[in-house]
Amino acid sequence: MANFLQQVVSGLASGGIYGSLALALVIIYRSTGVLNFAQGELATLSTFVCLALLDHGWSFWPAFAATLALSFAGGLVLQRTVVRPAQRGPQIGVVILTIGLLIAVNGLTTWIWGGAARQFPGPFSTAPIHVGGVAFSKQDLGVIAVSLVTVALVGLLFSRTKLGLGLRATAVNPNEARLVGVPVGWLLGVGWGLAAAIGAVAGVMAAPSLFLEPNMMQAVLLYAFAAAVLGGMDSPLGAVVGGLILGVLLNLLGTYVHWVGGELRLAAALAVILGVLLVRPSGLFGSRSVTRA
Amino acid sequence: MPLLELRNVEARYGPIVALHGVSLAVDEGGFVAVLGANGAGKTTTLRAISGLVKTSGDILLDGEPVFRRTPEAMARRGVAHVPEGRGTFATLSVLDNLRLGAWVQRGARGRDLARVFEFFPRLYERREQQAGTLSGGEQQMLALARAMMARPRLLLLDEPSLGLAPLVVREIFATLRRMNENGTAIVVVEQNAALALDAAAQAYVLETGTVVLAGEAAALRHNDDVRRSYLGY
Repeated sequence: MANFLQQVVSGLASGGIYGSLALALVIIYRSTGVLNFAQGELATLSTFVCLALLDHGWSFWPAFAATLALSFAGGLVLQRTVVRPAQRGPQIGVVILTIGLLIAVNGLTTWIWGGAARQFPGPFSTAPIHVGGVAFSKQDLGVIAVSLVTVALVGLLFSRTKLGLGLRATAVNPNEARLVGVPVGWLLGVGWGLAAAIGAVAGVMAAPSLFLEPNMMQAVLLYAFAAAVLGGMDSPLGAVVGGLILGVLLNLLGTYVHWVGGELRLAAALAVILGVLLVRPSGLFGSRSVTRA
Repeated sequence: MPLLELRNVEARYGPIVALHGVSLAVDEGGFVAVLGANGAGKTTTLRAISGLVKTSGDILLDGEPVFRRTPEAMARRGVAHVPEGRGTFATLSVLDNLRLGAWVQRGARGRDLARVFEFFPRLYERREQQAGTLSGGEQQMLALARAMMARPRLLLLDEPSLGLAPLVVREIFATLRRMNENGTAIVVVEQNAALALDAAAQAYVLETGTVVLAGEAAALRHNDDVRRSYLGY
């Protein structure tokens, strides 16, 4: 039982990371219908930036805050300069552009920081904390807390602020949003900025346990896709819940189903995508899209 | 000086010319009806004003040509456009739709909300509901209410009566008259010519992208061509 609880908590920690990255994917997908394949690599880049700040002697939380701000600015600039021109063409063009970005950003991080895996000093100690005879890792609990705070803040931004209202309106009906005066072009940029910042949270939280190297987030991106599909591609809440479910599920499968182990985790995630698409294509929280013939 | 003036405005969708040389004027606080058959360019005229289609020719607000005529910029300058098919935000709540109407406003939204709910008590009852779940008439009211929230100087309406029950249509035109009496200039495109001519002070008749007839609405009502083509008697 103790082992089970430990596995659930460490699954929630991974799930929080998948869910955060899935949230980033969903924010862009909702507003433009584009899957951003570069989201993982952008998160890795952000994490390298954070490490560079730490190496310059910054302490963790200021470095983290600065990383989020830089990531937001970077995402916004990227949308305004690179993505926006492609958005005049067909959507598939933008998706392919993000695949190009994936390769370019991966090349950039490798070029600057090299391909070797580096240790990333996380803010939470790996020491265990004992609760009723069960040992939880402080790091897992910290990662879960940070993920939940991130999600809560994003939720408040969307539901309580004028900016959030504009972002939602842009996602529902961009032309109509422009008619009431919402600066849709800028808000699409803000969406990319937000997604980059949320991705940075995922990257920085993942780095202490995964080790930082240019390909760090590639597997995580696939888990995030699975999480987003499970939760419903257009539902921010669904992305996070999907991430948490997926994290726990994969961890329990890896622990108790011996032939899955560590090696078939990715395959299990892909099985989740397939299963959801077959049984409930709109996911747990997604809105069913109905198109008139 | 008119609030809005179009001088020889042309618009095209690719190779198809939708407007060739439309000129019209709307006075401060005026009420203008635009009549015409399908494809005459009525909708395109509204879209040209609010910046949804690119045009050549001059469009003047307060006597000055508007150069960067994007929909956002026109909304900030007090032009509210309610497109055909209402165009509300279907998955957002009624309240969120109204808040979006006030996007260009700074502050004092509570008072506007109260005023709008006074006009449309039914929207108050349904304020938490998703806009897409409202009936057609309620959605048209929501579209109007949202436009009111912007406190527009000029309201553009495309086919507000389309697909609605006669009683609802009457209610909507009564609201338009009240808004007009309170100083909002209105341009309404309408299939129901009798209704539009009754409500409006001025009217324009479009055919194949040009103005063929213009004048006082009351005078046009008795014009033989208008009667035969649009009023049906």
